[in-house]
Amino acid sequence: MRPFDYHRAADPRAAVAAVARRPEARFLAGGTNLIDLMRLGVEAPELLVDVSRLGGGRIAETEAGGLLIGASVRNSELAADHRVRDDYPVLAQALLNGASGQLRNLATVAGNLLQRTRCLYFQDVTKPCNKRSPGSGCPAIEGEHANLAIFGHSEHCVATHPSDMAVAMVALDATVHLEGPSGPRTTPLIGFHRLPGDAPDRDTVLHHGELITAVELPPLAAARRSLYRKARERRSFAFALVSVAAALELDRGEVRDARVALGGVAHVPWRATRAEEMLRGGPLTEERAHAAAEAELAHATPLRDNAYKVPLAHRLIVRTLLDVAERP
Amino acid sequence: MSAPPPVHAEVTLTVNGLRHSLVLDTRTSLLDLLRERLDLTGSKKGCDHGQCGACTILIDGRRANACLALAVAHDGARIETVEGLAGEDGELHALQSAFIEHDAFQCGYCTPGQLCSAVAMLEEIQRGWPSAVTGEDPVAPTRAEIRERMSGNLCRCGAYVNIVEAIADVAEMP
Repeated sequence: MRPFDYHRAADPRAAVAAVARRPEARFLAGGTNLIDLMRLGVEAPELLVDVSRLGGGRIAETEAGGLLIGASVRNSELAADHRVRDDYPVLAQALLNGASGQLRNLATVAGNLLQRTRCLYFQDVTKPCNKRSPGSGCPAIEGEHANLAIFGHSEHCVATHPSDMAVAMVALDATVHLEGPSGPRTTPLIGFHRLPGDAPDRDTVLHHGELITAVELPPLAAARRSLYRKARERRSFAFALVSVAAALELDRGEVRDARVALGGVAHVPWRATRAEEMLRGGPLTEERAHAAAEAELAHATPLRDNAYKVPLAHRLIVRTLLDVAERP
Repeated sequence: MSAPPPVHAEVTLTVNGLRHSLVLDTRTSLLDLLRERLDLTGSKKGCDHGQCGACTILIDGRRANACLALAVAHDGARIETVEGLAGEDGELHALQSAFIEHDAFQCGYCTPGQLCSAVAMLEEIQRGWPSAVTGEDPVAPTRAEIRERMSGNLCRCGAYVNIVEAIADVAEMP
C-alpha cells in the first residue's frame, strides 16, 4: 500500500477544501471498501481526509415529514432506527440484508452509496478494466460476467453497483445533500449513479472534492407497505444476484402508487419505472404483477452467462409485489 | 519514480483497559497494531479483506473487522479483544466456557473472532437491534437469529452447528 497523509477535517467545508486541492486525495469514512481497495492496489490515495467525525451521525425528522440521515450514520444504526423500521421498512430490510454485523457497524450511509463494483476484473490490478484504468479494455464482456449487468451496460463496462441500501433509497425517491468547492447542492438519488457509457471510471455525478453530507427521504405513503427481497448464492453475507425493493400504496384495492427498484442488474440501482407504470391504477393481481415484471424485463439485454437473471428478477418482482400487497 | 516515504502519526488507544500511545505508519490497521505492536495475537488475520471475521474485535463496544479499520482513524477508541474477555482472575467468559463445553471449534483459528462477535451480537439483540430474519415481534435470540447475525464469521472447519449451540446456551435458549 502506498504511504498516505492522514488528516481529520474540522468541518465539511474544510474537508472539501482539503480534498479538492489534491487530485489524489480521498475522503475516508467507515473505510470498509476504500481500505480494501487500497490493499488491493485499486486505490492509491496520497491523502485521506477523515470525515467520519464531522457530526453527520444523526437522523433527524424534516419539516416535510421525512427523514434527514447524516452521511456518517452507520448502516447498523440506520437499520435499527424505529422511524426507519416503521415508516420505511424496505430500507431497514435492505440494510440488514447487506454485508455482516461487523461491517454494518463500520460502514456509513455515504460510503454505502459510493462503494465500488465487486466485478472481479476491477478488483484485480493485473487485469485490464475500463473502470479502473480507462481505455485498457473490459475482459468481463467475454469473460466472467455471470453476476454482472443485464440492463444499461455498454461495450466499455458491464459492472453492477453492489449496494442493497441504494436500491431501497432509489425506490423511495431519496435526495443526496452535497457540500462542494462551490458550495452546497442537492441532487436526486435517481441519476446520482451513472450508467457506464464510454466513461465507466465515473460511478456517479460527483465532482472531485464533493462530499455527501446527508441523504433525505421524503414522506411517502407507499413506503410503509414495502419489502426488500434478495436472491444470492448463500443465505447471508453475500452480494445480490438480483434484489427487489417494492412499495405499494393501495386505495380500496387499487394501486395508487407503486415503487419497484432492482439491485444486482445494472451499473446503477435500477428503478423499474416500466413495471411501476403497469401497476398503477388497477388491483394488484398475480396477472398484473407478471405483466409489470415482463414490461421491465423485456428491455433486459443479458450477456452470455447471466441470462438466468431475467427469469430470476421476474419471479422475485412478482413474489415481492404479492407479499407487499398482503402486508397490513 | 521512487515510492514516497512512510507517514507516521501518534495514536492513543485503550486496549483491554490499558492505555497505549504509539507512533504508527498511517497504513497500520488495528489488526496489525494489535498483533505486531502490542503482541496481542489472539485476533487473527484470515482474509485481511473483511470477508471472514477472524479479526473481529470490539471498538467502543461495537463489533468490527480490525483488518479494515485504520488505527489512525480510531484514535482515542476503547478496544476489546479476545484477550480481554476472561476475568482478571483468569475465569473464562461464559461464551468461552460454552465454546469448550459444546466443542464449538476444531482448529480454533476463527474462534477469537467468533467469541468477540458473539459477545457483541448478544448485546445487539438485548438492545433490540433487528436482523434480516427478525419479524414484526420484538427481537428474541432464536437459533435462526444467531445463524443470521453470526454470518460475518466464517469457520472453515464447519463447526457452525456447535457454535450456534454454544451461543444459544449462553443466551439461555431451551
